[in-house]
Amino acid sequence: MKTWLRQHRVAFSRALVRLWRAPLNTLLSLLVIGVAMTLPAAGDLFLENVQSLGKNAHQGQQLSLFMDIEAPADVTRETRKRLAERLPGQWRFVSRQEALEQMQSSDGMAEIFASLPHNPLPDAFIIEPAQATPEDLERMRADLAQLPGVAHAQLDSAWIERFHAFLALGRRIVDLLALVFAAGLIAVTFNTIRLQVLAQADEIEVARFIGATDAFIRRPFCYSGILQGGLGGLMAGILLMAGVSLLEESAARLSALYGSHFVLKGPSLARFLLLPAVGAALGWLGAQLSVSLALRQMETTPQ
Amino acid sequence: MIVGDHLTKRYPGGFEALRDLSLEIARGEMIFLIGHSGAGKTTLLKLIGAIERPTSGSLVVNGQNLFALRKKALPYLRRNLGQVFQDQKLLFDRSVLENVLLPLDIIGLPLREAQRRARAALDKVGLLEREKARPITLSGGEQQRLAIARAVVNRPAILLADEPTANLDLKAARQVLDLFVAFNRVGVTVLISTHEPPEIPEHTTRCVILDHGRLAS
Repeated sequence: MKTWLRQHRVAFSRALVRLWRAPLNTLLSLLVIGVAMTLPAAGDLFLENVQSLGKNAHQGQQLSLFMDIEAPADVTRETRKRLAERLPGQWRFVSRQEALEQMQSSDGMAEIFASLPHNPLPDAFIIEPAQATPEDLERMRADLAQLPGVAHAQLDSAWIERFHAFLALGRRIVDLLALVFAAGLIAVTFNTIRLQVLAQADEIEVARFIGATDAFIRRPFCYSGILQGGLGGLMAGILLMAGVSLLEESAARLSALYGSHFVLKGPSLARFLLLPAVGAALGWLGAQLSVSLALRQMETTPQ
Repeated sequence: MIVGDHLTKRYPGGFEALRDLSLEIARGEMIFLIGHSGAGKTTLLKLIGAIERPTSGSLVVNGQNLFALRKKALPYLRRNLGQVFQDQKLLFDRSVLENVLLPLDIIGLPLREAQRRARAALDKVGLLEREKARPITLSGGEQQRLAIARAVVNRPAILLADEPTANLDLKAARQVLDLFVAFNRVGVTVLISTHEPPEIPEHTTRCVILDHGRLAS
């Protein structure tokens, strides 16, 4: 175990030295990896910000429950009781009288309503659910429409559905981008490691002849891949943070013009740390594929 | 120690480097494999060194049947063999000491112990004072001695040397052969191939002559 750990430590430090000895190559590789990881990460962050921007708007979504105009008062009371149990604090009652007064106070409506022989408006419940997806709201609408005395349940959620559809499309695009750039990162690492393997072909051959296992030969290259991917991911995180801090002020100014207190959010610590972790994993995969293929091509096993 | 039975090695294209060769080498022997170029000396050493596999026949090295050995077990077999290659295969971007450290690095010896053993091996071949030098700065004889130091640093039971005196002047060749004799005296089985035998040391157990892949004597 001790030997195994020591060999890993040695392989890691060799990989580090290899990166250090070719600073320009290393920097260029890290930049390529960093930029490749920044794009999907920025897309993800953008969607997250748009989502949080939309959360405020969600609070305005309404479900209107119109009672039958003939519904007896005890039926309306029963409905109030049920709503109070089911959605405490998320609804308000608008009596037909109250609704009529509101209409009469509206410009151009007063005369129309004054000419009517009786109040045509029903009692209504305005429900504003705290947090709900369009699917939840539709389910709620269908459910509440079944209550006794309810003539019509109306959901004002078309724009929310569009918003969610936009977010879903955005998410799909970001996922595809992430997939493409992950493949790109693997390819970059694959190629870099392949060049390193070829440059050390003599050493690998000698090592094999004198008893090195494939795992021993693979180890420093895998650490190279892990380091490149991890540091590239770290660079992506830094680029992302820098981008957010550059845009923060402009976004705040724009949102203030719309009377909003929206603040552009940077990546959370977990998300920031995820970038080097994903980069390291992809770098390891690229290196593993590259060195395994190269070793197979340099096969010295007895034929 | 080494038992080859009806060994044949045929390369792609049909060239037969070894033909139905049977050979037995006991522990502690020092043997010269003599033959012209293409006689099969290098091929035989490669088979014993588990670098190539015979086309037919069987080969047991250090109690291990190479045919039955799994691919993953080969590196562990090779660690018990010291090999001096015809082209030496030194690493020219590493120092003399680092070249000798390589086999010890592979077995995972702690650095301090590895350095102690590597220096002892360099001392035996007379290169301790050149430990920081690059192999490219060494003479032919010194490079050969460095290759020997790397081959013996792991304390192998068998030492295989392919043309170790080729391209060396008589004095350097004698120094190299003296080293093999010294290792053989402490129990290492030594197998040396050569196409033009220098002064064969008296200590040699026997000479095996190969001709077109067959034993000539």
